[in-house]
Amino acid sequence: MPKVTLNHFEAALLFALFTSIVFGVVTTRTDRDRVIYGVKSFGYFLLALFAIGWLMFLSHG
Amino acid sequence: MAKEKKPKEPLPPLKQWLGPVALAWFVPGGGHFLLKRHGRAALLLVAITAMFLLGLMMRGTLFQPKTGDLLTTLIYCGGFLGNLASGILYMATVWFGYAQPDVAGHVHDYGTKFLVTAGLLNVLAMVDAFEIAAGRKS
Repeated sequence: MPKVTLNHFEAALLFALFTSIVFGVVTTRTDRDRVIYGVKSFGYFLLALFAIGWLMFLSHG
Repeated sequence: MAKEKKPKEPLPPLKQWLGPVALAWFVPGGGHFLLKRHGRAALLLVAITAMFLLGLMMRGTLFQPKTGDLLTTLIYCGGFLGNLASGILYMATVWFGYAQPDVAGHVHDYGTKFLVTAGLLNVLAMVDAFEIAAGRKS
């Protein structure tokens, strides 16, 4: 099994991507709504990633 | 004014949903394939399998059920159930000896989270397969 070494950002980005795909697929409504939900979910993940990242950076002085 | 409760929907017959839900657990996206939702099935298969494999390649660890104080029980038993929810991916990992010991490091830690999350995402896929099989959604 090859070894993969990712930094925090890459790991969080991939986590957000795969989770958003599944969130998009399992929502009710139409295919168009599923795509919108998936993209929105990915956007929120990114927003939280940067916001929490900056918060941690600033709180550490 | 009190909000009116929606009447509970009766559970559909077991044979109507057991097959798709069982297959959805065993193979990620399998329930959707059985229900002829091929596009969604492929997306689930790729996303969940990729997450699980990345977790393994980051040398994440699989949980073993362990009891002790409340937090230990919750983490280890919950983590084990999360891993088990990945179906064949979990079983193949254990059978072929790819389960790895717990080691310190942020990459391994991410790997462990990826492995558990893959299982939890598969639970969402199973619920979706159930709702489609029961005729509650398309």
